[in-house]
Amino acid sequence: MLDRVAKRKDSAGMQPNASLDKASFWVRFARQWDYQLMILPAILFLLIFSYGPMWGVLMSFQEFNLFKGFWESEWVGFRHFEMFFESPEFWRIMRNTFVISILKLAIGFPAPIILALMLNEIGGVLFKRFVQTITYIPHFISWVVISGFVFSMFAVDDGAVNNLLLAIGLIDTPINWMSSPNYFWTILVGTNVWKEIGFGSIVYLAAIVGIDPSLYEAAAIDGASRWKQIFTITLPGIAPVIIIFLILGVGNVLNAGFEDIMMLTRNLNNGIVMSVADVLDTYVYQMGIMNQRYSYATAAGLFKSLLSIVLLVGANAIARKLGRESLW
Amino acid sequence: MKLSLTDKALRGTIYALLTILAFITFYPFWNSLVISFNSGSDTALGGITFWPRDFTLQNYEIVFKDKQIFNAYFITILRTVFGTALSMFFTALFAYGLSKKGILLKKFYTLFAIFTMFFNGGLIPYFIIVYSLNLYNTFFFLILHGMVSVYNMIIFRTFFTQLPDGIEESARIDGCSNFGVFFRIVLPVSGPVLATLGLFTAVFLWNDWFIPAVFINDQNLVPLQTLLVQIINAGTTANLLNNLNSYAQSAVSQTVTVKALQMATMMVATLPILMVYPFLQRYFVKGVLIGSLKE
Repeated sequence: MLDRVAKRKDSAGMQPNASLDKASFWVRFARQWDYQLMILPAILFLLIFSYGPMWGVLMSFQEFNLFKGFWESEWVGFRHFEMFFESPEFWRIMRNTFVISILKLAIGFPAPIILALMLNEIGGVLFKRFVQTITYIPHFISWVVISGFVFSMFAVDDGAVNNLLLAIGLIDTPINWMSSPNYFWTILVGTNVWKEIGFGSIVYLAAIVGIDPSLYEAAAIDGASRWKQIFTITLPGIAPVIIIFLILGVGNVLNAGFEDIMMLTRNLNNGIVMSVADVLDTYVYQMGIMNQRYSYATAAGLFKSLLSIVLLVGANAIARKLGRESLW
Repeated sequence: MKLSLTDKALRGTIYALLTILAFITFYPFWNSLVISFNSGSDTALGGITFWPRDFTLQNYEIVFKDKQIFNAYFITILRTVFGTALSMFFTALFAYGLSKKGILLKKFYTLFAIFTMFFNGGLIPYFIIVYSLNLYNTFFFLILHGMVSVYNMIIFRTFFTQLPDGIEESARIDGCSNFGVFFRIVLPVSGPVLATLGLFTAVFLWNDWFIPAVFINDQNLVPLQTLLVQIINAGTTANLLNNLNSYAQSAVSQTVTVKALQMATMMVATLPILMVYPFLQRYFVKGVLIGSLKE
């Protein structure tokens, strides 16, 4: 019986011993065939659906033809990259991508921190829980439905926003919010903050809970007001979490958003706002899926990936130089 | 502890701001719900805010009797159930294999998986691969997409390595194979992790409109959110009715408008999430926290 147990342990590769180490790779591999079999499907999946497309980016150097396939399509070098850089849309797309994501970072990043700080100041458990429950919800609602809300709230005819502004006398005639390039960035960023502020605050609230309560007691004895304690205790206490998320945010700067822009421009069909709305990701979709210019869209996508890596590494390097937290 | 005057002012401001925030978060949901229960022609007159003025169930009647919407709902449910099950199963299996000591090529497998979190080929090459594997326009692809989540795998693996060896050992002594141990011992004790990660996967699948919009062409395989995109973007009643079946076409009269139908469909697509959310809120919160511990 004991013998059998020992053997099973060996076959499971749990206790490597001297005699096993001498066994050839394939013998050892065969002994743990069942664990290897558990790993196999996932590895195959990643090989096909993650690594496949990584090799697939080579088609940006081709004139890819869906019917000829990858092996038969003609190689054209950097032609698509040149076309992309010289296209009239290039600078507009770069501007939109950077402006939208920097706005999202500048407003969407501090918003959940401020909410967490505010929730932390509340004495009543019930009200706190009420606000948390309500503000977490939009995170779980699809952008499709959210855009339905936005179009309804900002409608020219009888939209809540226009009605409110008319009622308090700030405007005389309803504004066509959704069809004006002037308001698009504000609405886009505002909706994002609205959707994610509650859910984003969870991490910071958890970090605040971890702060040593005796610090607050000591500060209170020294006569520091609650307002002052926010800046001297709470914020420094959650600074490591803030910095990590900021690095991730900066590395993400080229992901200006996709679903939100798709939905708030009615699948890129709202021509009036497209001049301020198209970003790298929507451009790749538009060129590749809608216009079927596969190689050209892949080139634009590859350009974006490379730039993202540079930004993430750069953000991490800066954080390291400052001597604070870093991702690696 | 007595509060100073400035502290009282601070607290008062915070209460006011949070009340406003809660209101502007809640209002769009409530207003849309109200409009979905109000007759369309009456809504068009304006002024519907907190309560229906001309209550009707007609909008929902059309939504539920429409074959297209019903079918899309069915597709969404199938995709959510099977997609979540498939993803949880293969991701947990992967993580369990990797959690064992002495697994050959373990380092390679781990790097192989983590690399995909930072680099990907992008949408178009993915589309081409899916297309060349003849998975374009298949329901199978809708559940296959996202079968392995490396992020979830890491969370599972951390959980599995912390499991005590004892229970697994005793099962092996009783003659259980390694697969048997996984199914009979490991999966049952992973309940909370499975629930949390499964919930996030299910919400993603329920809400996803984009993958079907790109990879599905057949209107019979379109899930609810993707159909909703078509309905919301339809703009005109004529366009909308093209997407719906004859029942809706005959039922739409003066009283039902595009907006009323949009709102009713939006509510039908959202209510399941809103209904389970209060009961599962703590799992949602836990999900964020186990995810961020890793960082």
